Amino acid sequence: MPDLTFSSFVKKALARREATLILLLVVLLVPISIRSPQFLSAKNISTILNDMAILAIVAIGEFYVILSNGIDLSVGSIIAFTGMATGMINQADHGFPPILLLCVGMGIGLLMGLFNGVLVAYGKIPPIITTLGTVNIYRGMTFLLSGGTWVTADEMGTAYVGFPRHTFLGISNLLWIAFLVIAVFYYFSRFSRTGREVYAIGGNPTAAKFVGVNESRIRVVVFLISGMLCGLAGALWTARYASAVNEMATGFEMQAVAACVLGGVNFSGGSGGIIGVVLGTLFLGVVTNALPVVYLSVFWQTFVQGLIILIALTLNTVSDQRKMKKLLAQRRG
Amino acid sequence: MKKALLIVLIAAMVLTGVFAQGTKESATMAGEKQIVILGKSMGNGFFDAVFKGSEEAAAELGGIKTTYMAPPQATAEGQIEIIESLIAQKVSGIAISANDADALIPVAKKAMAAGIKVISYDSGINPGGRTIDLLPSNPELIGRQQIQLAAELTNYTGDVAVLSASAQATNQNLWIEWMKEEIKKPEYSKMKLVEVVYGDDAPDKSYREANALMQKYSNLKAIICPTTVGLLATAQAVKDAGKTGVVEVTGLGLPSEMKGYILDGTCRQMALWNPIDLGYSSTYILNGMIEGTVTGATGEAISAGRMGDIKVEDNGIAFMSTPYVFNKDNIEKFAAIY
Repeated sequence: MPDLTFSSFVKKALARREATLILLLVVLLVPISIRSPQFLSAKNISTILNDMAILAIVAIGEFYVILSNGIDLSVGSIIAFTGMATGMINQADHGFPPILLLCVGMGIGLLMGLFNGVLVAYGKIPPIITTLGTVNIYRGMTFLLSGGTWVTADEMGTAYVGFPRHTFLGISNLLWIAFLVIAVFYYFSRFSRTGREVYAIGGNPTAAKFVGVNESRIRVVVFLISGMLCGLAGALWTARYASAVNEMATGFEMQAVAACVLGGVNFSGGSGGIIGVVLGTLFLGVVTNALPVVYLSVFWQTFVQGLIILIALTLNTVSDQRKMKKLLAQRRG
Repeated sequence: MKKALLIVLIAAMVLTGVFAQGTKESATMAGEKQIVILGKSMGNGFFDAVFKGSEEAAAELGGIKTTYMAPPQATAEGQIEIIESLIAQKVSGIAISANDADALIPVAKKAMAAGIKVISYDSGINPGGRTIDLLPSNPELIGRQQIQLAAELTNYTGDVAVLSASAQATNQNLWIEWMKEEIKKPEYSKMKLVEVVYGDDAPDKSYREANALMQKYSNLKAIICPTTVGLLATAQAVKDAGKTGVVEVTGLGLPSEMKGYILDGTCRQMALWNPIDLGYSSTYILNGMIEGTVTGATGEAISAGRMGDIKVEDNGIAFMSTPYVFNKDNIEKFAAIY
């Protein structure tokens, strides 16, 4: 008979990793809002959410790769290439519909993800090695495509630059797209067969193979998802920052991985969830947006940022270990 | 396989030989001084503009034939080849924007030994490989002018902030030191330099930092960005925040990149070195050297037409002037150049 009292509900909710993160977020917001009261204004919250939308999209792609016990280091370079490509298309034809540009971005991203996935699944090259190579290949391709030049706001059409900024029901298109991606992939990871198979492959590949999961197919699928979402992010990035620069999104893979790990995704695969990744992104967003406004010297900011992330991760792991011990005790008992 | 490679190699060598020298020249008259403006590579609007300035100076001075040359790709080898051929042609003077500060020294020495006057501009050759190295500006002029630009936009009142490249960027840090020096002057008593932040020359970080500045300082009247990536991102951030006209944006930026923001009033004025002036001054300096009135000695003041006097400092380094100011009246013209 399940315990249905309120207190047990709260206890269960708190035991979840997501809850720890929400708690940490609140704890973090208190000193920030004391130090800088305007931080919690509606306008600033909307700025932060918009700032984090692209990271959320990319982190969800990264989540699937990590979930399958891999890692995708090429996300920043895929963003750069697709962002440059869509920027240049827009430069050549201002009338090119923004929605189609997003589709072009996703298409190119899919191809780049496919290349990663095939190397990993059929070339049997570990994901970290594969993407360590492609991170440079794709960045190099960006330079080759652009010839080293930029696409700037002045050379882009107003429809494209305005696209992520336009609002529908008071919420920007950029956020709507992020919500859509979150919803689709929440459903995918919880209820679709392929989504569950990713968990199986990441958790225990041998067992998964015995029950008939096609490992190679799953490995390709996770890189396809990551590539496609990076392509989408690239097209949005160029429009949002109104410029396509060759160096754009350099090091973005670190932020995507950090968002996943903060969100409780197991680095060796098999566990974690979309909600956690979104919370992890949000946490990172609050930290990166708050530090510049709390009157802290810039030289301390990166230090503090690393410290906060480390503390959050440690708390996460500690709560995990306690849970495991409890579970073990229950089994013995 | 090896054979095919060899054929490709030979073909490549022949082709580079054929296309190695793009030139623009007019008919030579007897007794004219031949000056060559050597650019980094062909098809670069910046050097086309430098040459335009050189032609302007040549027309003013008279008796000069100026020619623009550049290798097809921005390599030191390509420039060395061109200089070798210029030595054979016995031209009177060469102004070089070097693809490599050291690699060009031997060939430049050879040219000087053959009686050719050699200076470098824009991208210098190290001492020994030229008489004078003409730099567009110096940190003091740049830094002081940035504050002046912001002051003009804000009517000499309110908070200003600086959004720079990285915290380790040597150039920017030097300029910022001079900004801090300039703002101490009494005419800026109602202005305050509240903070220097770093966008690391990344559009997203610069954009975020610009937003943070606007949020943090309610009396913020201007953001100075002495880097073109930061300037672009800041202009976009100010525009997105609906603060065009409330928070002024200025700094150092490329006209072609900033044109849109200058025309829509987000960044009403900014500065950068002007290639036309560089070509103009280089030609005046070379002319003086050929005539023997300019030696390049430390402390010498070279008169360069409308640019006024250019002073030679230690090691033959000369600073041209304060950067050129761009606004809505002249931006279209320069955006087409660089």
